[in-house]
Amino acid sequence: MKRHVVATIDGEHAEFLCDDGQTLLDVLRDVLHRTGTKEGCGTGDCGACSVIVDGRLVCSCLMLAAEVEGREVETAISISNGDTLHPLQRRFLEDAALQCGVCTPGFLVAAKALLDRNLDPSESEVRFWLAGNLCRCTGYDKIVRSVLETAAELRGGTG
Amino acid sequence: MSEEAKFRWIGTRVVRPDGVDKVTGRATYGADFALPDMLWGRVLRSPHAHARILSVDTSRALAHDGVEAVITSQDLPDIPSEEAFVGEQPTNFRELSHNVMARGKVLYHGHALAAVAATTPEIAASALDLIEVDYEVLPHVLDMPAAMAASAPSLHRDLEPAGFAAGATVPPNVSRRIELGHGEPDQGFAAADVVVEREFTTKPVHQGYIEPHACLVQANPDDDITIWSSSQGHFMVRAYTAKLLGIELSKVRAIPAEIGGGFGGKTTVYLEPLAAQLSRISGRPVKMVMSREEVFRATGPALGTRIRVKMGCKQDGRLTGAEAVLHYEAGAFPGSPVQAGAMTMFAPYELEHVRVTGYDVLVNKPKTAAYRAPGAPMGAFAVETVIDELAEKLEIDPIELRLRNAARKGTQAPFGPRYREIGCVETLEALRSHPHYTAPLGPNQGRGVALGFWFNAGMQSSAGLNVNEDGSVSVISGNPDIGGSRASLALMAAEEMGIDYEKVGAWIADTASIGFSDITGGSRVTFATGMAVVEAARDVKRQLCERAAAIWEVEPERVKWVEGEARLEGEPDREPLGLVDLAQRAARTGGPISGRASLTARGVGMAFGAHICDVEVDPETGRVEVIRYTAVQDAGRAIHPSYVEGQMQGGAAQGIGWALNEEYVYDEDGKMCNPSFLDYRMPVASDLPMIDTVIVEVPNPRHPYGVRGVGEVPIVPPIPAVVNAVHAATGVRYFDLPLSPPRVLAGIEAAADRGA
Repeated sequence: MKRHVVATIDGEHAEFLCDDGQTLLDVLRDVLHRTGTKEGCGTGDCGACSVIVDGRLVCSCLMLAAEVEGREVETAISISNGDTLHPLQRRFLEDAALQCGVCTPGFLVAAKALLDRNLDPSESEVRFWLAGNLCRCTGYDKIVRSVLETAAELRGGTG
Repeated sequence: MSEEAKFRWIGTRVVRPDGVDKVTGRATYGADFALPDMLWGRVLRSPHAHARILSVDTSRALAHDGVEAVITSQDLPDIPSEEAFVGEQPTNFRELSHNVMARGKVLYHGHALAAVAATTPEIAASALDLIEVDYEVLPHVLDMPAAMAASAPSLHRDLEPAGFAAGATVPPNVSRRIELGHGEPDQGFAAADVVVEREFTTKPVHQGYIEPHACLVQANPDDDITIWSSSQGHFMVRAYTAKLLGIELSKVRAIPAEIGGGFGGKTTVYLEPLAAQLSRISGRPVKMVMSREEVFRATGPALGTRIRVKMGCKQDGRLTGAEAVLHYEAGAFPGSPVQAGAMTMFAPYELEHVRVTGYDVLVNKPKTAAYRAPGAPMGAFAVETVIDELAEKLEIDPIELRLRNAARKGTQAPFGPRYREIGCVETLEALRSHPHYTAPLGPNQGRGVALGFWFNAGMQSSAGLNVNEDGSVSVISGNPDIGGSRASLALMAAEEMGIDYEKVGAWIADTASIGFSDITGGSRVTFATGMAVVEAARDVKRQLCERAAAIWEVEPERVKWVEGEARLEGEPDREPLGLVDLAQRAARTGGPISGRASLTARGVGMAFGAHICDVEVDPETGRVEVIRYTAVQDAGRAIHPSYVEGQMQGGAAQGIGWALNEEYVYDEDGKMCNPSFLDYRMPVASDLPMIDTVIVEVPNPRHPYGVRGVGEVPIVPPIPAVVNAVHAATGVRYFDLPLSPPRVLAGIEAAADRGA
């Protein structure tokens, strides 16, 4: 028997049916067709499927879909405010912090979770916070710079 | 600097055309497609490294509720041996077919031998357990000495080794011998003051793209097949799928998805022919997505190597001779990049006497696939480590030693031709003058440098340029954008047309909508497809001038396209006609204005890169930390500097991982023990420092904007740069990868024992 789940996903009321063993990632992608959350490993090692659940950064491949009952899920989709890009998204584009782009939604979600907690991270803090997200294209240089620049911008340091 | 001023768009850091889609989760990658009534396909894989398939019984799987099709090699045509005509490395369609679906024997752990399509992924997975396979397990070989031993089991009984003299004794499992070079190395060694000879080994490593292979295929009853998949070339996907199914290329349309990384690993197919056959049988669309474990076990890694290098040098730092013997693992089918390894390893140096012999060796591991400058990083590891040792022995600065021998215009490459305009010396000089090279080091820290070479590819490309009704321009090409090539093509189009970058759209068309285009590989898209875009733009400008001439009723020769508008020569007062004017009048002046170009790109600009690496080695644990890194590279001309830097940084990071952590670990049964990102340790953000970049620009005179390919050479210098830095920090020479903490510690302790 399928389980009926009600949650808030990217600010919208969402209802879905899932099997007990189905992950949040599978439901997001295959049931709700929200493919903006990516799967790179399915074992919680790459962070491509990162989402924020009730303010906490999680790999959606490691969370059962049934667990989000009554909770709030934010994916990369809700980082932007309608057509207005979040400063992180804008910096990623301006700094070329993505090449193939498949890890990018996960990095943005993880970076936003960091900046929601700490608007003045050191380079080291950014690197360790993002150590759960794999990128094979960029060598992380431009990603780390983008996050640091966005933090400075949000602090009002630079425009 | 005056040269740069003449460009309006080339060299600027614009936002890429596909950027917003990729930061908002809208971009659709291989696994993001779905169709109504779609089935899910899964692959049954061999649990043995080498076994004869005695029988496969699929009846129970087929009878399982929700299973709509099951295939084995019996459901695919047994195709004849034929060299593949697309792709990056030499491939044989028959071998490709046997790799995609084992026939008669399984040749590695993870080798596909059956596939099912079912209504859900879970049913497909459980149906695999219902397929009954009877195996006769055969002895297997995992390393090259074992594979080449006289008593070794043969992977392919019908192997016809190439490159051996008639009557020569050929060891088992060697598919090919190659030899290249010029002069007599022994003469060179006799003239040398110092000779160093060393042997090196490297382990298999994976390209490590974050997106697993994925496709969706729909076969119609009339045998038209549509493929949505992520690859480095949808024309390659079309050709390989059609050939393996024995149908005409015109029946197949391949639609490129966004690609989530490839690095050479997506220059071949694994799933598409299986999904197509499952769809033909079931009559429903079939989606297949690999798990990460399948990616590790069954897709082409860069395989292991064993390399012996001997180099001689005079006291004054002139190299007198060089010789190498390469053994490269091909995996279960012939086709390692040993040829490229042999051609590139000594390529940065002027050598009177140089000879390289190479062997392509079969082992019971997955078939190797291209990985960024395929074959070159291993050769560079060997050569650049020996150069470092020569420099140490001769007490010559390692960059100076390289400069004294650096290839220049006119130098004969080990692979034959003489170099044209190259930037080897300029790259080394920029490396030497970088402040990093003279920065102070702390305790347990060391600095290494290395130089690398890659040919770059030209190959075939097509492009179209349409003037839209509103005067904007659409650039259409046939190459998947793996790291910003839409931006570089749009920049060249804007520059050529003399219009705003924002007026240019850049799109990648499917195989039915643009002329043939070779793969996105060989660092060739900005170079070769860029050349096609420029030609298409020039075609359009010629047409625009003709339209303006028709409107003005003058000879077309009098009209020139300047700064985005048609101007009439000799009549400065005549109001020019811009793109909007001419687009709006197109219907009355001859119809739509569109240009196109299909070409084989000649005049490839070869690439050199040189890196400096600082490490700190923990003497207690052997852990190596890269603390500072600088990459210098000749890009010819950087069309979009940020994405050139990105290639340099990404290649450096992959090379650092290869040097320090990454390796396939096999158990004695031939099963990979670490098929996950947890156990196959790629660099994460906290493992690396910032990677500083310096772009050197020695323009390639045979490209309209001076472009050289930039994607591959950055992975060539990192391994020796890291290894030389570890030597500088510890005093220990290492010859076997990776420099994992236990290996580094063992080296330090052995040196201490010798000292004591």
